[in-house]
Amino acid sequence: MKIHEYQGKAVLSSFGVPVPKGKVAYTVDEAVEAGKELGFPVVVKAQIHAGGRGKGGGVKLAKSADECEEIAKAILGMTLKTHQTGPEGRVVRRLLIEQGVDLEGSKEMYLAVVLDRASGSPVVMASAQGGVDIEEVAAHDPGAILKERVNPAVGFQAFQARKLAFGLRLHPTLLGRTVTFMQNLYRAFEATDAALLEINPFLMLKDGTLIALDAKVSFDDNALYRHPDLKELRDLDEEDPLEVEASKFSLNYIKLEGGNVGCMVNGAGLAMATMDIIKLAGGNPANFLDVGGGANAEQIRNAFRILLADKEVKAVLINIFGGILRCDVLAEGVIAAVRDLNVKVPVVIRMKGNNEARGKEMLRDSGLNFSTADDMKEAARRVVAAAGSAAMAGAQ
Amino acid sequence: MSVLVGKDTRLLVQGMGKHGTFHAIGCKEYGTHVVGGVTPGKGGSKVEGFPIFDSVEHAVRKTGANVSVIFVPPPGAADAIMEAADAGIPLVVCITEGIPTLDMVKAAAFLKNRATRLIGPNCPGIISPAEKCKVGIMPGHIHKGGPVGVVSRSGTLTYEAVGQLTALGIGQSTCIGIGGDPIIGTNHTDALELFGRDRGTKAIVMIGEIGGTAEEEAAAYVKKNVKKPVIGFIAGQTAPPGRRMGHAGAIIAGGKGTAEEKMKAMKAAGIQVVRSPADIGAAVAKVLKK
Repeated sequence: MKIHEYQGKAVLSSFGVPVPKGKVAYTVDEAVEAGKELGFPVVVKAQIHAGGRGKGGGVKLAKSADECEEIAKAILGMTLKTHQTGPEGRVVRRLLIEQGVDLEGSKEMYLAVVLDRASGSPVVMASAQGGVDIEEVAAHDPGAILKERVNPAVGFQAFQARKLAFGLRLHPTLLGRTVTFMQNLYRAFEATDAALLEINPFLMLKDGTLIALDAKVSFDDNALYRHPDLKELRDLDEEDPLEVEASKFSLNYIKLEGGNVGCMVNGAGLAMATMDIIKLAGGNPANFLDVGGGANAEQIRNAFRILLADKEVKAVLINIFGGILRCDVLAEGVIAAVRDLNVKVPVVIRMKGNNEARGKEMLRDSGLNFSTADDMKEAARRVVAAAGSAAMAGAQ
Repeated sequence: MSVLVGKDTRLLVQGMGKHGTFHAIGCKEYGTHVVGGVTPGKGGSKVEGFPIFDSVEHAVRKTGANVSVIFVPPPGAADAIMEAADAGIPLVVCITEGIPTLDMVKAAAFLKNRATRLIGPNCPGIISPAEKCKVGIMPGHIHKGGPVGVVSRSGTLTYEAVGQLTALGIGQSTCIGIGGDPIIGTNHTDALELFGRDRGTKAIVMIGEIGGTAEEEAAAYVKKNVKKPVIGFIAGQTAPPGRRMGHAGAIIAGGKGTAEEKMKAMKAAGIQVVRSPADIGAAVAKVLKK
């Protein structure tokens, strides 16, 4: 689960990680009020769950209340496009008003805690090349990224923080505060079950103060059950409404851009493979949708509802490898859902499980726009053809 | 022949709730020797004829269990893994989905210098059809004994591949579902090593998906060490970057973990990579004919 920068900074601050003073504002008035309280100049920062906000025009310096008002007016409600939002952009609904920091003579670095999958342990990463896209640093100059693997039994040790501090060429007089900064950051990672804590830039001011100028924080979804306070930080405005709707029914749905073939599959791996085979058959998958193990009538009805809310979907492929699932029960659920929701688009069904023949017979006899296939290749071919002719019929 | 589980398996089920009991029965009906279950506080009782024990240690002492399968819900699952390892069980298969990552970090560290091998979590389990041994939730009847080892990060996609093999009359030595989480016990490389050594395995199917670099590492291992033919498929060729595709581990992050990269590394290692999930069975049939 991702959270906003201002929320991330509040979380980090509660663990003793220094951040600039700031306040969240939902309206222009609140923005001006916050600016007055903090004292100008302030930085007005658009709060959306995506990076690259500065380049997209979502971060501006305000030297006075008038300027603050003007900037807040311009940014609040704007559709901010960055390299992470995609072409559709994201509407700005919240601002972070933050005390200006004197960058004169400062040093911009990078600091993060992430999970290293290969070693199965958290790793603290630092780089002297801060304020730039770290993925680019990783691609062009991987040696510039320093890494310290954390032993989960003992946590992130002071000597490891010192190693990073030396690697960043920080002045020896700053060792103590660097160790404290980094260890507090790691403490925050562990205590909140974070998936990612990223500070970019990690700033050293002219006087040697260390501060987190930005904060990108996300949490492990699997651990949210033990952090009810953090769960509250979820901002549904930042998520695709269909994906939110799907999650209410334990459906895992992700909309894909430019697709016309909807798919409904049990299991994440098979769902991805189904998307792949639709593409190989010459179509474009409109979504990822894992209905999970149950695939009962209620699940299928909800899945159809969500799939078909995407008006680009011209045909639907249902691919269920049940094993112990009964195909006649599945067929019953599909027929009921298609009738109730008055589904007009062609539906191709491939199912494996018990009572397969009976299930197919029921679909055939329903008089609805179904076709069945015995294997994935055939199913993909049929659904792509159906989507193509449906699109043509629509154009005529 | 098979790897990890077979005729000698004495299976203990940790977490005899509704789900665990259902699958304990399923495993037993397939032919697995299920020796009992563990539900702390319910020791001495019986569930569906299975004797229940309070702890894994007690169960091992009484039954000689040598494999455990875990159905304990996420908050207690990592604890269950460590309990099994502490009791000296050599093979632990964790089916549970949704375990917090940092819990798994600790469990993995706990297992490091112990003889216990973990499979999963978030996996369908492991099955050796010729020896009628199923440890997990997969549909047993789609399998058939034979010469192909299957290793996969996904559940139903493994069934798909197995279904294709069986339909072509090609049986499996052992099928291992290693799980879709970012931190897992046995990985692709470990499974390839096992299949490479197993005399009953003549060909290996390796099914990966986007996210992480486990497939690239496995490819490097194959190039150096595996003489048997390996057929590979990567799911998620059409997955967008930055989105988690159902499995906690299936995400293209920072430009890393794409299907293209993985397929390239696998091809370079001499693995026969199929682009379509529908072609897995046919590709195996072809190499076995040679």
